[in-house]
Amino acid sequence: MIPLNYYLALSAILFSIGVVGVLARRNAIIVFMSIELMLNSVNLTLVAFSAYLGNATGQIFVFFVLTVAAAEAAVGLAIIIALFRNKMTVNIDEINIMKW
Amino acid sequence: MVMQEYIGFVVLFPFIGFLINGLLGSKIKSEKIIGSIGSGVIGIGFAIAVVIFFQMLASPVENRSHIIEIFNWINVGSISINVAYQVDQLSIIMTLVVTGIGFLIHVYAIGYMHGDKGYWRFFAYLNLFIFMMLNLVLADNFLLMFLGWEGVGLCSYLLIGFWYDKKFEKGTTNDAAMKAFVVNRVGDFGFLIAMFLIFITFGSLNYETVFGRAAVFSVGDATIFWIALLLFVGATGKSAQIPLYVWLPDAMAGPTPVSALIHAATMVTAGVYMVARASVFFALSPSVMLIVAIIGALTAILAASIGLVQNGIKKVLAYSTISQLGYMFLALGVGAFATGLFHVVTHAFFKALLFLGAGSVIHALHNEEDIQKMGGLKSKMPTTYKTFVIAALAISGIPPLSGFFSKDEILWKVFDAGYWPLWILAAGGAALTAFYMFRLTILTFEGSPRWDKDKHPHEAPEVMTVPLIILAVLSVVGGFIGIPAALGGGNAIEHFLDPIFERSNSILALGHHDVVPTEYILMLLSVVIAVVGILFARHIYLNRKDIAEKLSEKYSGIHNLLWNKYFVDEIYDATILTPTVKASDKLLWKFFDIGIIDGAVNGTAKLINIFSSYTRRMQAGFTQSYATYFVAGIIIILAILIIR
Repeated sequence: MIPLNYYLALSAILFSIGVVGVLARRNAIIVFMSIELMLNSVNLTLVAFSAYLGNATGQIFVFFVLTVAAAEAAVGLAIIIALFRNKMTVNIDEINIMKW
Repeated sequence: MVMQEYIGFVVLFPFIGFLINGLLGSKIKSEKIIGSIGSGVIGIGFAIAVVIFFQMLASPVENRSHIIEIFNWINVGSISINVAYQVDQLSIIMTLVVTGIGFLIHVYAIGYMHGDKGYWRFFAYLNLFIFMMLNLVLADNFLLMFLGWEGVGLCSYLLIGFWYDKKFEKGTTNDAAMKAFVVNRVGDFGFLIAMFLIFITFGSLNYETVFGRAAVFSVGDATIFWIALLLFVGATGKSAQIPLYVWLPDAMAGPTPVSALIHAATMVTAGVYMVARASVFFALSPSVMLIVAIIGALTAILAASIGLVQNGIKKVLAYSTISQLGYMFLALGVGAFATGLFHVVTHAFFKALLFLGAGSVIHALHNEEDIQKMGGLKSKMPTTYKTFVIAALAISGIPPLSGFFSKDEILWKVFDAGYWPLWILAAGGAALTAFYMFRLTILTFEGSPRWDKDKHPHEAPEVMTVPLIILAVLSVVGGFIGIPAALGGGNAIEHFLDPIFERSNSILALGHHDVVPTEYILMLLSVVIAVVGILFARHIYLNRKDIAEKLSEKYSGIHNLLWNKYFVDEIYDATILTPTVKASDKLLWKFFDIGIIDGAVNGTAKLINIFSSYTRRMQAGFTQSYATYFVAGIIIILAILIIR
């Protein structure tokens, strides 16, 4: 059996990759995907702990996270499409309207 | 039925008059209606007061003082102050004077103010004044008295500046009004501090409680000394005594009925009333009594000497008022409280008469106030002339007119108390009084006319002359309420007032003296002084005007000093006003207000501005920089958690 530490380390790596992706990439879609990566790294942690502790709560929680992530994806993609229609770009360093 | 219960109506009616004339006056076109309402409400008040007075006379002495509660005014913690009126011998006399003289002057004003565009405003203010004055004299506690005290000050301000656009001396009447108000504030400050001290010391502001508790203090107690002294400071402001008398001559900028009512007969005697009311404090501090007596005597002679050379008819009367108020304080200072009150009453009669007579002359000569431009009015205005002469005789102290009895009583009490230097000052003042009053009378009414040919002076209408006649009668007979024992009288007013001053008299231990020959000698002396003064004035101003000119040339220094009123205004200007204005301008305004207060406010804003000019760059609108802040925040929080 793979020890819990391995799962946690993988999860941390995935989360860090996600963070860097969000902070460093310019394309909104990639940023979005990085956010999904962060969410899923957390899911991985939850599932790992659930299996380790023999408690199903963590796995049920993952379903909720997935549902919210799906809803978020729908809204997020809609925003990106709307942005693209208005600005003709999805490069978020060219968009600075979030200051008012 | 106890009539005292109805004292509230005496106070209420003038207030109703004020409301009607003040709120609806501009809509009422008829002067007759406004004037009738204005004087009618005072007349009703006077009638009620008279009934109360006679019922008081009919009741036994121990049953003459009543406290009538109207409503509970202030109730905070241990302070409970009622609007309550103390109807006793002292307050009923003041009420009779205020409403009685007030009524006559209101009636007079119906004629005097005829055609004025502020007719309704005038009567509204006058009614408000009477209302406030009644609160002052009838109050049963210091706070309600203070309300009246400030109220009459306000009305005085409003009425001095009644013709607010009219030129007066170097400025407008408004300047005179402000001067009166500000100088009065100085005195009021003393009154306020005294009131705080009273409350701290006795835990109450109620007369009965306070005076009852004060009576157990020992003579010369330091707290009582300060209370008495500060109360007297308040009195010097309202009653125009040294050093705060400077506002009263300028107060003559107001219409003449105002000068008669407020600045001669009633308001200026408020200080005398207050000292008499708080006589226990004064009796307990002999040093303050001495100060009161000295200030009174000095004011009496100083103001009289200024009155010798002034040319404004009302100016002379104003200085005369200050001088007479000095006599009242002199009486209070030697412990003759009732005598001081007696002089308040007689002075109210003849001084109101003098002012109304002066008003009648000013009216006839179309606002001419310079007595050098009058003369020869005797035949044109016989009623005014006769009544004026009666008043002048009364104030000079010619028996058996009212002024003789009250002034002579004061002089005798001063001498009897052993203050002979003060007696000399007061007797000298009496000589000056006789002189300047007849200088005024002769220059105004006798000799050849010196007014412009196009003026046609004529006697005032009846609505003005009838009050003159009534006041003249009162000036003649008013003294009979206080005929001294030496002349076979019972000194009714002093016995009437005795219960009020029982406590203070027992502290002062003034016994009733037997009649001694000295009293007759002094009486004779003061009459001789007055007669000499009158004859001297007649001789100079009727026959030998050159003497006056020669005298003023020979003693030009003294004349200049008197003409310029001892330069007191100029001294105050240089020592108090200019430094205050300069300090306000340079220190308070330009340094403190602009530098520190504005600086602090603007500095705060500037600091925030600088701070935000840096921090605003954080909010550039880029999603990723925001996300970076999130991450940085998380890292910081995690770091803290781990390190801890």
